[in-house]
Amino acid sequence: MSVDGSLDRLRREGHIVIVGASLAGLRAAETLRDEGFTGALTIVGDEPHEPYDRPPLSKQVLLGRVPADHTTLPRRREVDAQWRLGVAATGLDMAAKRVHLADGAAVEYDRLLITTGVRARPWPHELEADLDGVFVLRTSDDAAGLHHRLSAGPRRVLVIGAGFTGSEIASACRERGLDVTVAERGSAPLVGALGGVVGEVAATLQREAGVDLRCGIMVTGLEGDSAGRLRRAHLSDGSSVEVEVAVVCLGATRNTEWLASSGLGAGPRGIACDAGCRAFDVRGIVTDDVFVAGDVARSPHPLFGYQFLSLEHWGNAVEQAETAAHNMISSSTDRRPHVWTPSFWSAQFGMNIKSVGVPPMADEIIVTQGSLAERRFTAVYGYQGRVIAAVTFDQAKWLEFYQQQIERAAPFPPEFTTVDRRPEGMHPVPAGFPDPSLPSHGPTVTLSGHSPSDRRISFTPLSA
Amino acid sequence: MTSVALLRQITDYANRADPYPLYAELRKTPVVRDEDGPYLVSTYWEIHHLLHDPRVSSDIRNLNPEAAAMTPAQGEDPNLPPTFLKLDPPEHDRLRRLTMRPFGPPHTPRRVYEMRGELGEIVSGLIDGFQGKQQIDLVDDFSYPFPVSVICRLLGIPREDEPRFHAWADTLAASIDPVRGSAEDQEAQLQTVRQARADLAAYLAGLIEERSRSPRDDMLSAMATGHGPDGQMSPVEMVSTAALLLIAGHETTVNLITNGMLTLLRNPDVLQRLRDDPDLAVPLVEELLRFEPPVQLLPQKTTLADIDIAGTTIPKGASLWLVLASGNRDPQRFLDPDRFIPDRPDNQHLGFSSGVHNCFGAPLARLEAQFALTELVRRLDNPRLVQDPPPYRQNAVLRGPRHLGITFDGLKP
Ligand SMILES: Cc1cc2nc3c(=O)[nH]c(=O)nc-3n(C[C@H](O)[C@H](O)[C@H](O)COP(=O)(O)OP(=O)(O)OC[C@H]3O[C@@H](n4cnc5c(N)ncnc54)[C@H](O)[C@@H]3O)c2cc1C
Repeated sequence: MSVDGSLDRLRREGHIVIVGASLAGLRAAETLRDEGFTGALTIVGDEPHEPYDRPPLSKQVLLGRVPADHTTLPRRREVDAQWRLGVAATGLDMAAKRVHLADGAAVEYDRLLITTGVRARPWPHELEADLDGVFVLRTSDDAAGLHHRLSAGPRRVLVIGAGFTGSEIASACRERGLDVTVAERGSAPLVGALGGVVGEVAATLQREAGVDLRCGIMVTGLEGDSAGRLRRAHLSDGSSVEVEVAVVCLGATRNTEWLASSGLGAGPRGIACDAGCRAFDVRGIVTDDVFVAGDVARSPHPLFGYQFLSLEHWGNAVEQAETAAHNMISSSTDRRPHVWTPSFWSAQFGMNIKSVGVPPMADEIIVTQGSLAERRFTAVYGYQGRVIAAVTFDQAKWLEFYQQQIERAAPFPPEFTTVDRRPEGMHPVPAGFPDPSLPSHGPTVTLSGHSPSDRRISFTPLSA
Repeated sequence: MTSVALLRQITDYANRADPYPLYAELRKTPVVRDEDGPYLVSTYWEIHHLLHDPRVSSDIRNLNPEAAAMTPAQGEDPNLPPTFLKLDPPEHDRLRRLTMRPFGPPHTPRRVYEMRGELGEIVSGLIDGFQGKQQIDLVDDFSYPFPVSVICRLLGIPREDEPRFHAWADTLAASIDPVRGSAEDQEAQLQTVRQARADLAAYLAGLIEERSRSPRDDMLSAMATGHGPDGQMSPVEMVSTAALLLIAGHETTVNLITNGMLTLLRNPDVLQRLRDDPDLAVPLVEELLRFEPPVQLLPQKTTLADIDIAGTTIPKGASLWLVLASGNRDPQRFLDPDRFIPDRPDNQHLGFSSGVHNCFGAPLARLEAQFALTELVRRLDNPRLVQDPPPYRQNAVLRGPRHLGITFDGLKP
């Protein structure tokens, strides 16, 4: 490419379009400029806001420490882009290299980056979802609305689903002194992401904080009064709870519908791409000019058996965006793979939870430092005799070491002695993940060994 | 060159003024040891990894017997428990958390911030004292008294007792020096150290006792009366923790400020930049911690298991010296490492160590150095070094000038 000068031309005066104006979109734009792209840059986003940060929405914002509209992402540098905010992309014509927008306009591109992320999966019964008091939490508008309602002091809040977002919301409610019931289909909170052993610790934390935690239970219906206000929730064990607010935390859906007839390999599980962030088309062939990054992407990871990982992690969005941006304006030999070791954090019930690697891939777990009973520990996850993940509760400073163990495919269980190793942590036990054949809303990581094609993938939506 | 030769050179006073060429030599072999000496680790990433490695212990009771015999006794008081500096988790974590409660976030997030006014006052007062002089010894006239006053106020030590503290701190800091003289010298020195430790402990115990009866807004009172999920420190734990804060919060900052002023006087363009733009103090102090770290090396680590690193296996129970100051100048990690670049980007230095033992007092030390250097360059008119290099202290671990003569033409208000 650079041989005939077209790459130089692209870098100098090409047009790059980014669809999705959030974390991944912004960081990609900054990287493009950092790496010397001087052409035209257009950033399309369907939300009216400037790019903002989502993690505080379920933490500081719900606690009232930061207003919902104050989480704007800091700019690392000037990006000099044309911002088309409040306008959704509605279609992609790959042959004509054109993106269609909701306002009827179209923008042409030399290179396209898709960072449309995910949205909260709504409550599946539409009429019930529309009741006043039923919320999801994905956007800053969601957070503003929920914060407003929590400030009014509802008698009881129901959180449906105890994954990370649900657990953080429950934590914020308790910190505000609100009564809260958490309904979780699995056997414990966080069980899909971290397994049953660690899930039990999370359950204890919730109960000690005064959460009415009900596991192994589904919400079967939401009931409103004559004015359309939420009043009651019905549970699968036949009981019901009186609630004024319900937050639906049943995981996320990828924002890929706008690509339905584009010929891109985009479906409900995201957009598959190669390790260099280039999207696949429906035929399984990699594209040259369409790149993806962030929550919407699924990419193969050499460290984890080349499985396609789709990660809803802040750090992944940043690093994948940087890699995608770099590759978009580099010749093939200068491209880099996105070989980020998955990691994320969560803050709940006064606890700093951190994870590296891919816990749900594990079959066994061992506590190598600290103790589950004290809720301060490092747990290492094993898969077929090697270290595949590690999770810390309030012990984050050791995590880097375990990340290296994962990256070096170190043997599991680890045989060495460490500081703070306790007798009860000496033996590996089953990690306790739910049967993967059962649909679950819990995991933030989904794994699939299959080649992408939206037509062939069957997806079982959650029936509550 | 053998490692023992290197080791001796590190502790050799002749190299105190400029140990950096020696460190460059050391880095050629990232992990090096002689038959019965400690393992020296000198490169950035290896040090970084070992600081985050749970198989590395800070508790010298885990040394194997031969290594333990090589490690000089430091006049520990057998009646006091080890401080969290020399403990591993979970004991380390518990004591550090208990100490953090009255000092920093999440329970006391504003303690350091709220000392700004006081820091400013102490600094101004000390500089006002230069009035009428043309020459000062920065160490005795400024760098020493400043952090002693700060730590005393933080802990809640009456001002009239500050001079006694100064003397105790001096004696105890010298004991961290790994270099030993003759057997008699050693015995005499140990005697002095033990005495200082005992006197300090008795003094602190009395004060803590008093504060538990009538608490005030200071750290000793908070430690004596506070209750949290970890319970409370025992009285002896309070004494040893308070003693640790005094020594560590003092001997290090002295060198940070003195090394800082020395570096600025050697780089007049940077000095002028700081004078024009006081905000430069923030990144400048970070660069200082990289370039001339007050704690040059950590000599008190040991291995709980065999550790493979940089092609060497460090056996279980070995003594480990992590040469932070060398890691800070590792060209594999820092661009142009021997240049002082006050606004250096990506400056993750090892000056405060890293991992669970990273410097407890870092937020305070940063603030003290920022205040001190900004005010010194603002108020001293045309400051100049009297002697370069200045005379250094004997200590190879806590390295810094013993005196720093500075002449100047006058004082700005
Ligand atoms: C409440 C909450 C808490 C979180 N906490 C943590 C945490 O503690 N730790 C952690 O690691 N991660 C956390 N995350 C996840 C993290 O925020 C995401 O991984 C990150 O936001 C992903 O960034 P992204 O840019 O890929 O996608 P998104 O942030 O989802 O951005 C995608 C953007 O594209 C827009 N868009 C979608 N379709 C279109 C279209 N057709 N046209 C134009 N624009 C479109 C969307 O509206 C959105 O603005 C949290 C997320 C939430 C919601």
